[in-house]
Amino acid sequence: MSGIIDAEARAQIEELLARYAHVIDNDKIEDWPLFFIEDGQYLVTTRENLAKGRPVGIMYCDGRGMMQDRVTALRQAIVFEPHVYRHIVGSTLISAAADGSYSAESNFHILRTGADGAVVTYGCGRYLDEIVWHRDELRFRRRTVVLDSSRIDTLLVIPL
Amino acid sequence: MAGGRNSQRAWPDDGVTRVPYFVYEDAELYQEEQERIFRGPAWNYLGLEIEIPEPGDYITNHVGDTPVIVVRAEDGAIKAVVNRCAHKGSMICYQPSGHVAALTCPYHNWIYDFDGKLKSVAFRHGVRGQGGMPADFELAEHSLVPLKVATIRGMIFGSFAATVMPLDEFLGTRLVAHVERTLNRPYRILGRCSQTMRCNWKLYAENSRDTYHPSLLHSFATMFKLNRLSAEGGIEMDEAGLHHLVSARRHTDNSSADYDSAALRANEVGYALADPRLIEDWVEWDDGITNSIMTLFPCLNLQQSLNTVAVRQMVPRGPFESELFWTFLGFTEDDERKTRIRLRQSNLFGPAGFISLEDGAIGEFVQKAIRGEREQTAIIEMGGREVGPSPKTRTTETSVRGFWRTYRRFMNL
Repeated sequence: MSGIIDAEARAQIEELLARYAHVIDNDKIEDWPLFFIEDGQYLVTTRENLAKGRPVGIMYCDGRGMMQDRVTALRQAIVFEPHVYRHIVGSTLISAAADGSYSAESNFHILRTGADGAVVTYGCGRYLDEIVWHRDELRFRRRTVVLDSSRIDTLLVIPL
Repeated sequence: MAGGRNSQRAWPDDGVTRVPYFVYEDAELYQEEQERIFRGPAWNYLGLEIEIPEPGDYITNHVGDTPVIVVRAEDGAIKAVVNRCAHKGSMICYQPSGHVAALTCPYHNWIYDFDGKLKSVAFRHGVRGQGGMPADFELAEHSLVPLKVATIRGMIFGSFAATVMPLDEFLGTRLVAHVERTLNRPYRILGRCSQTMRCNWKLYAENSRDTYHPSLLHSFATMFKLNRLSAEGGIEMDEAGLHHLVSARRHTDNSSADYDSAALRANEVGYALADPRLIEDWVEWDDGITNSIMTLFPCLNLQQSLNTVAVRQMVPRGPFESELFWTFLGFTEDDERKTRIRLRQSNLFGPAGFISLEDGAIGEFVQKAIRGEREQTAIIEMGGREVGPSPKTRTTETSVRGFWRTYRRFMNL
């Protein structure tokens, strides 16, 4: 069941999506898991895998602990050339479910600037989100990042 | 470019312990590889039978630079032909996969059967008696270029060379046995993706055969004793030395002094997983092997790491770029819990894999650093100067030397 949502809820959901992009793009990656509920799910997959019902994507976090492990590995273990993203998130389709959660779908375009100065389109696609109230703030219960392309440029370290 | 095979492009005297950097850059050499390796007497991976279950189902792939169609014929047999119309050279199948009644070129409607034989040509006899092909035009003279096809446990291989040895001889008894052991039940595809690497395909071929880099480059694995070199394991090879199998049993790891010394960067990273379910696993094969990687010449890896089963196919994209295709497999008998465990473990591999993602960058690090270098060579002496099995240790580059010995034989270089 879905219904039209009010302007206040829409504003808060859009705020959540905007803050998420800012945290990742501005190197505050430690805050990334906080956008999810404790057992929230984060999956980066491809349009093809989604269409064919294939569960394995490119990155999968089953709960905030796995997101924290991603952050720790990124900061302390993984060898990669430094780079930053810039998310351009399009307008969001939102519907409300009977259980008080929201479904949201937004297009994204992610640009990547590398250490050598090259600016490239790293990926584009859509976010499929399930958003719930956690006390008085909104969090992701599930965020599925669906890349249009199945091809990743070199590697994926920083979450999308 | 000045010089030829016998001058600037001569191999150094030290055999397989030295690799001249020009082999990763030279455009002529790249063209020769297409001829001597990819269109030569080797078996190249084409895909999985489960991708084309029904007659008329097809997938496309590349053998080196050459585009190919792999299709299931009416009698269930698998056929492979070059994806290039005999008329004007257009691609015939322009989608990654699909279902067709025949192979029809979109350009001028030349129609081929699944063996690649030309069956009809539009307007062959003209329109109302005018135009048409010459009277002596023979359909039989214009077939698609076929590949020989062979399969093992649902993996499809193709070869352009009529003289290629049978697939099981090419792989050798040890590797055949391990493919059969790994894909020992009906399986399904859990996910697919690829990653571009800005490096020559041979840098990745070396990387995937280099059994001593993981503990040094991939800190994550070492931290959690996933695949430490001190675990029981070794390297086997086929009789002819074309392919390698590295395997280990995880639970035999008793700490060794070197490993715990602070000298290893990997060990300086002192953290524990916040959620150890990431590496939750079960011993799935009777032999107790928890990590095994088969590197099949020229461009295929079949890996089982814990409960992750993955096919990795490297496709060269010119001298300076390549694309690695990952296909993650599960077994059809899997229940939800097993699928969930495989899904969590998939974080270890692929373009975002904790113990594989650096491989996407390290080839580029080399490629950037050797730019234009025509004199210097890489050194490949860890574990000695020979090519051979290494039953007791993985701290060796024997598989890398084995790759170069095979490469030089194919290339006559």
